[in-house]
Amino acid sequence: MALSTDQPDIGTRTTAQRTNSSGSGRGGPSFLMAVPALAFFAAFALIPLGGVVVLSFMEWDGLSSPQWAGLAKWEQTLADPVTRHAMWLTFVFTAVSYVFQAPVALLLGVFMAGRQRYRAFLSVLYFLPLVFSAAAVGITFQSLLDPNFGLSRAFNSEFLGQNWLGDPDLALFVVVFVVAWCFVPLHSLLYQAGVRQIPESLYEAATIDGAGRLARFVNITLPQLRYTIITSSTLMLVGSLTYFDLIFVLTGGGPGGATRILPLDMYLTGFRSYDMGQASAIAVILVAVGLALGLALNRLSGASKMESQQAGL
Amino acid sequence: MNSTASRRSFLGFSGASALALGLAACEGGTQPGENPDGAGSANVWILTGGMWPVISDSVSRWNEAHPDQEISVEEFENDAYKERIRTAVGAGQAPTLVLSWGGGTLADYANNDQIIDLSGSTGDLEERLLPSVAQNGQVDGTTYAVPVNDVQPVVLFYNRDIFDEHGLEVPTTYEEMLSVSAELQDNDVLPFALAGASVWPELKWIQYLTDRIGGPEAFQAVLDGEPDAWSHPAFLEATTRIQELVETGAFGDNYASVAADQNADIALVHTGRAAMLLWLSSAYATFRSDAAEFTESALGWTQFPSVEGGAGDPANIVGNPANVFSVSSAASDEEQEAALGWISEQLYDDTQIEEMIAAGAVPPVQGIADQLAESENGDFLTFSYDLASEAPHFQLSWDQALPPGPAQELLTNLSQLFLMQITPEEFVDNMNATL
Repeated sequence: MALSTDQPDIGTRTTAQRTNSSGSGRGGPSFLMAVPALAFFAAFALIPLGGVVVLSFMEWDGLSSPQWAGLAKWEQTLADPVTRHAMWLTFVFTAVSYVFQAPVALLLGVFMAGRQRYRAFLSVLYFLPLVFSAAAVGITFQSLLDPNFGLSRAFNSEFLGQNWLGDPDLALFVVVFVVAWCFVPLHSLLYQAGVRQIPESLYEAATIDGAGRLARFVNITLPQLRYTIITSSTLMLVGSLTYFDLIFVLTGGGPGGATRILPLDMYLTGFRSYDMGQASAIAVILVAVGLALGLALNRLSGASKMESQQAGL
Repeated sequence: MNSTASRRSFLGFSGASALALGLAACEGGTQPGENPDGAGSANVWILTGGMWPVISDSVSRWNEAHPDQEISVEEFENDAYKERIRTAVGAGQAPTLVLSWGGGTLADYANNDQIIDLSGSTGDLEERLLPSVAQNGQVDGTTYAVPVNDVQPVVLFYNRDIFDEHGLEVPTTYEEMLSVSAELQDNDVLPFALAGASVWPELKWIQYLTDRIGGPEAFQAVLDGEPDAWSHPAFLEATTRIQELVETGAFGDNYASVAADQNADIALVHTGRAAMLLWLSSAYATFRSDAAEFTESALGWTQFPSVEGGAGDPANIVGNPANVFSVSSAASDEEQEAALGWISEQLYDDTQIEEMIAAGAVPPVQGIADQLAESENGDFLTFSYDLASEAPHFQLSWDQALPPGPAQELLTNLSQLFLMQITPEEFVDNMNATL
């Protein structure tokens, strides 16, 4: 009993020592190697971010010189019905996107992880949308969904001739679908890699114990994919929070503001209405929510104390 | 040891940031305002497509004749240009000749002293222009810009075959529009093609209806910033009629999915699915290139119908009087001189007018009726020219006439009005809030 408690202790100590020694830089690469990367990060991320925070307290139309406006722009932003609606839409868009993308990506990833040749071929097809440019996808879907000359005409189908992008109740879901079409491939790729990491012996043991296909999926695949799910979810949630280009091309925020999510609202406020102050305030909100969401996911999932899922194998 | 490390890291840091700055500078490529071939010569940004090659030709001819006053030309796609020019002007990096659409943006430039007063420095150009178009380059009565391309009034295009087939007459009043619309729908024809996804085509409707009902004064009061100017009864009536048209099915069920960028609205007319289309005269060129045979045999055009009891003159038109050029105040004296020289000597000279007419564009200058009539697209060009030269008032598109903020509010509210999401009263209240 005493022996068995001692042994893991020794193990922990040695790992702790090792982490310490590499942290002090004696064995690993010098801290200076990180300087270029940090400098780039400061120049292209931190300094502009600071600039945006300052601009959010200013009145600036892009032409005249910026005027200090105090909290006026923040009050205006928080009171603006369009921006408030955009906040709500962003929430709906993020949630619906996640609920739609996550299961599809997970199931596709698990399917793609199989070693059969036809699955490898299908994987290549599934992967294609990821390499298309968002602008091209937007224009293509706009044409395909055109009620008069799009898919409906090609297949002579009433159903396909719906007012896809013009119906305020439908447009957001169409956008969610098109965005998912673009991004599911990336996430299924993550899951495919994750599933392939799971040791075969776990499945063999489970099969011997009499577990069926579903039981193996629920009791082995899902728990083993825990960290992949966290990574993929973080990417999905923060990604849909800041998603812009495809929606801009596809609907431009319309019809009547039905797809004007926060990033789009920021762009239109800044570069169409030329109200840089309000646009910056929206940008700061986006940064704050994005950071909070990323941190919260990390905290909730315990990713900060990530540990191996395969101890003992 | 320690101090060397920190010193080295400091040097490394400054080196890296110098590199970063260098990269940032490279990224911008040629900075606007600087000439790639040498310092101090004038430049101009123009758009792609349409009749813009004519302008670039004209500048080349100028450059051949004046090698010491060369003007360099850069072409931009429409939206890319709009988003780039404002920041360039704001940063004092504008090209010598600043292209705009007149209206609110031009007034912003003028009020911030970003462009110079052109009064008296453009030769005899001003006397040759159509007055309704030349007006568009003025801010508070002072000329800050000159037109550069073609006049584009908004015209009601129609498919003659459809009207012949069903024995219908092209509507000349609002009441006739409603009855024709009903009869066309009975025959399974969409009365009006409308690209609602792009929103700006919807502007033509509210602009014409407001003008026919209340005359140009109603919107002028908005431009003048009079309190509650949108409460003018003409706006309420125009928006009510728009919703009447939507509800009676004049635009069909799915116009909000149709995008103008792909010319899907124009295609509806030449494929015989829709009978009429309210569009800028530039749609004629698209009809020609997309459906030459149809254009020849069955494309008709007319003015927007009148509204019974309306105060507006039915000869008034709306649209784009022309794009305009201003001269940047940030440019050097030599650059300004070259730009003004080109404007007064070559803008709308005989060669440019000939080339424009050949390209199917109508130059906004006086006394070219005969030349237009003899040209290949004579009928249509003469029609647009007469429309523009005889119009008592030529209203610039509202989204260009208003400052950018209110213009965006207008587009948002207008699309909601067409979608029946807001009532005419709400539209008026929302717009009054932007004044």
